[in-house]
Amino acid sequence: MQEAMIKRAKELLADGSVKRVIGWKRGEFAYDITPAVFESAEELDKDFVFDVFTSANVSKYLVKESKKEGKVLVFLKPCDTYSLNQLTKEHRVDRDNVYVIGIPGGPKLDIEKIRAKGITGILSVRNENFTLKIETLYGEETMPFSDAILDKCASCKSKKHVTYDELIGEDGDILDSDRFDMVEKLENMTAQERYDFWREQLSKCIRCNACRNVCPACTCEKCVFDDPASGVENKAAADSFEEKMFHIIRAFHVAGRCTDCGECSRVCPQNIPLHLLNRKFIKDINSLYGEYQAGADTTSRAPLTDYTAEDCESSIVHERGVE
Amino acid sequence: MQVNENKEFQPLIVAFCCNWCSYAGADLSGTNRLNYPTNVKIIRVPCSCRVNPMFILRAFQRGADGVILCGCHPGDCHYTSGNYFTRRRMTLLFSMLDFLGIERDRTRVEWVSAAEGAKFAATMNEFTEAVKKLGPNRRLEDLRCRKQ
Amino acid sequence: MQRIGVFVCHCGTNIAATVDVKAVAEALSHEPGVVISQDYQYMCSESGQNLVKDAIKEHKLSGVVICSCSPRMHENTFRKAAASAGLNPYLVEIANIREQCSWIHKEIATATEKAIILGRAAVAKVHLNTPLTSMESPVVKRALVIGGGIAGIQTALDIAEAGFDVDIVEKKPTIGGKMAQIDKTFPTLDCAACILTPKMVEASQNEHITIHSFSEVEEVKGFVGNFTVKIRKKARYVDETKCTGCGLCTEKCPMKKVPNEFNMGLDNRSAVYIPFAQAVPKVATIDPNYCMMLKNGKCGVCSKVCSVGAIDYKQEDRIIEEKYGAIVVATGFDPIKLDKYDEFAYSQCPDVVTSLELERLMNAAGPNGGTLLRPSDKTHPHTIVFVQCVGSRCDDSKGKPYCSKICCMYTAKHAMLIREKYPDTEVYVFYIDVRTPGKNFDEFYRRAVEQYNVHYIKGMVGKVTPKSDGKIGVQASDLLSNEQLHIDADMVVLAAAIEPDKTARPLATMLTTQMDTNDFFTEAHPKLRPVESATAGIFLSGACQGPKDIPETVAQGSAAAAKAIGLLCKNSITCNPCVAHSDELKCNGCSSCEKVCPYGAITYIEKEFRMPDRTTAIRRVASVNPAVCQGCGACTVACPSGAMDLNGFSNSQIMAEVDAICK
Repeated sequence: MQEAMIKRAKELLADGSVKRVIGWKRGEFAYDITPAVFESAEELDKDFVFDVFTSANVSKYLVKESKKEGKVLVFLKPCDTYSLNQLTKEHRVDRDNVYVIGIPGGPKLDIEKIRAKGITGILSVRNENFTLKIETLYGEETMPFSDAILDKCASCKSKKHVTYDELIGEDGDILDSDRFDMVEKLENMTAQERYDFWREQLSKCIRCNACRNVCPACTCEKCVFDDPASGVENKAAADSFEEKMFHIIRAFHVAGRCTDCGECSRVCPQNIPLHLLNRKFIKDINSLYGEYQAGADTTSRAPLTDYTAEDCESSIVHERGVE
Repeated sequence: MQVNENKEFQPLIVAFCCNWCSYAGADLSGTNRLNYPTNVKIIRVPCSCRVNPMFILRAFQRGADGVILCGCHPGDCHYTSGNYFTRRRMTLLFSMLDFLGIERDRTRVEWVSAAEGAKFAATMNEFTEAVKKLGPNRRLEDLRCRKQ
Repeated sequence: MQRIGVFVCHCGTNIAATVDVKAVAEALSHEPGVVISQDYQYMCSESGQNLVKDAIKEHKLSGVVICSCSPRMHENTFRKAAASAGLNPYLVEIANIREQCSWIHKEIATATEKAIILGRAAVAKVHLNTPLTSMESPVVKRALVIGGGIAGIQTALDIAEAGFDVDIVEKKPTIGGKMAQIDKTFPTLDCAACILTPKMVEASQNEHITIHSFSEVEEVKGFVGNFTVKIRKKARYVDETKCTGCGLCTEKCPMKKVPNEFNMGLDNRSAVYIPFAQAVPKVATIDPNYCMMLKNGKCGVCSKVCSVGAIDYKQEDRIIEEKYGAIVVATGFDPIKLDKYDEFAYSQCPDVVTSLELERLMNAAGPNGGTLLRPSDKTHPHTIVFVQCVGSRCDDSKGKPYCSKICCMYTAKHAMLIREKYPDTEVYVFYIDVRTPGKNFDEFYRRAVEQYNVHYIKGMVGKVTPKSDGKIGVQASDLLSNEQLHIDADMVVLAAAIEPDKTARPLATMLTTQMDTNDFFTEAHPKLRPVESATAGIFLSGACQGPKDIPETVAQGSAAAAKAIGLLCKNSITCNPCVAHSDELKCNGCSSCEKVCPYGAITYIEKEFRMPDRTTAIRRVASVNPAVCQGCGACTVACPSGAMDLNGFSNSQIMAEVDAICK
């Protein structure tokens, strides 16, 4: 797959149809792969990588890159195409200036889950018939592939590309996902249990802003939390609940716009399950205002910029659920 | 939070009222001398849809024990559609606060028309009582910053 | 550094009895930026206002806080006072310590404490107030009247009389509306055509009035003083400018089997037609649903007989665009459809008719030339039963919950006219209540009962059954004598409820005006602003606002005209400065705000920006039209970056109030 992608990227660069390529670049270790922009065949040959660790959603990079001179080629996994559609809809990405090659999705792997098995000194990871062959400084280790799958991939909602100019490999289908199970589990807890759960989770936050910076829905020119004029500018734990404020407002700002790509939780260095906040909004929107998948198209009205006269009253929150 | 002499818990209630219906309704309950507790402090906004979730969280952050948002009845919004947006926004926000384990009786949306002075007073009485039962708002505080 | 003055009003004892005003003034004097804090008996009095004005000058105040009654009461008073002393009026804030404090609390200590907090919040807010200037927006001196019934005609004539140009848009081929179909008018019994048609002619001849007949409003953009309206001039296949209205084509047209809507389908017209003799404009219209030429290209008779060559089978709809300063809605009403009322056999029996059909049956220009005959066998009816409130005051889904208002009076009229002309006819009226408020109305009704011996029976008709002998069995209950009645009638007349015209709802959406659940337009205030809609520059005339009889409609039509003239007289209008504005540096151009704006006040522009790295970039940013924005603030919350903010109620101002209250 990686070879086919590099080959096609080189062709498009060579015939001048694109000026740049957005993909993933290998790092110092097999698992520290980062999104990158490539401008030449040499760069592609040297660093371009596509494997079990290329989980990053690169659509957000298009906000900047699509505004530059010349077309940009981007490789998008199915889940990433939803983000691109959403960005196109919000006029953040100039879709005409983007050439999308759809590539197969995950599941991708979570290095933390491999390390959790006590495996260290990892040099490379290969998937052979759903068994991971892990070459380490201390010899080869194995573990089941399914034990190392990223959470966001484990609850994959779609293998269908919602936008692309060409595909490498086959397109898939929208899946029946169990992505709301954990939200439901929390909903069924008592208020005290939920409170205890979130107090513990959100109190771990160090306000590194990684969740915000990776989020393809958070592309504000200036974030309110960085803006001294907003009155809510703040940094870590300056007040009694800055982090809760930050995470609630952030989830609210992306409500109805979040495609549930799961990047926020993937990048959180404190392993806070931030995607649950977004999924709670998505679940509520689906059940109260009808099924809505942000990024499924580029024209529909987002649930929070829409209404019907028959919408339920806010008191529904009081009437349902567990106290 | 205020504590008066006999140490009964006195919650601090912030009420956002839209200028055209609910603020006028609050005025009417004044004109008709319909009592409600001093705990309620009203902030005037042009429309309920002006209320940013940020204001509500900010109130909680700075010590409010309950926040209530009042607007025109659905269909009667002075700006035709403002309260419909309010309704969706607040439903989702309140549901999120509930999800985080914050007592759901601390937040409320109520539609009060300019003619409903009695409803305004009754709503404030009821809401204040409900918040009083819950006690001071602590749940939004960060674990690490908790004042002992 | 801010220099804020605080003024605490006693309001006689209204405030001072429950709030220790001196303590409030003293407490607020310690708030940051406060340089003077005073109390006074009556702040709104002239001497109270002078106190404020003098303090503004003497202390060079940069902000004023008045702790008094509700801002809904005296905000304007104090703003004006500040302006006269040279302070921008929007640097004044009111702390409501009367309606929301002294009047609802009893204990002085807690009330005073709350008054201080409310004052503190106002001080915190005024710190962040900015001087605002009202924009002026020019007024296009031309009005649009939508609907050419008696309401629209009256409004247009009055506006034209004042010297302003006015256009009437009427969807039918002629103006005149429902009144043109009515035979006589209550309570004077003068002929409707005799009083209406001169007005129609007057409208057509007035140099200030342009009539767009057979036209509909397609799109409305803009705002008070400056509306841009697209009008669809539907193809009538006749050149209006050439047609002389001679009527030869209508005579020669071979297709004569078209139900005549002007006569409520009780007779037929030709495919090319002029609705009625006094139609304005008096030009023919071809009905494409029946014209053989338009349907299959075979005929062309009308074109051959037309001496002026007005027939144009290739005519297409035309869209014209006009600018208006004011728009008057006069879309009127329709009787409801009665096909759901099987109990009255309306769909089954031709001799069960609606009141409007009866008007045509009795009219000299109607299907029977003014002789009242049964539609079924053209015989003279001897027993006629009138049923009131068919679909009015109804709590089921078939009808309307409201009273249609006009039925009691026109039924009395019908009954009286029939008894006058055909004394051998027995007339029964079944009613729930007879409602006759209005000048000379009750006298009129009593004449029907006392002088003309019309049988008024309180009770509802249960069932109407057509019989094989041509009679109609009417089964009803007399509630006063508590007995069941069976009447063999020759005709039954149903007083159908009236409802707003079906085109009103989409029109309201275009105009961004409000409607009630029955689709009647909502007035800005039910008592004090009865002819204005809540949307500036849109006025309401006639039955589109609620059921009305002719005198009321005309009165309201003139009132709407007066309001429109008041607007058109101005060269420009002052806009509310408390509107949204977007910080272009923070705007993402994501269009969220645009989608929640009820007024279409937000547009997007591509603008070049100098970036921090000294490059330039073209970005899409929101731009608010301050003349259109009404200041609701929906956009400010839809905006995630906080680029959209509202003058007078900014994010930081409200946040400052929250902070001050929660201190």
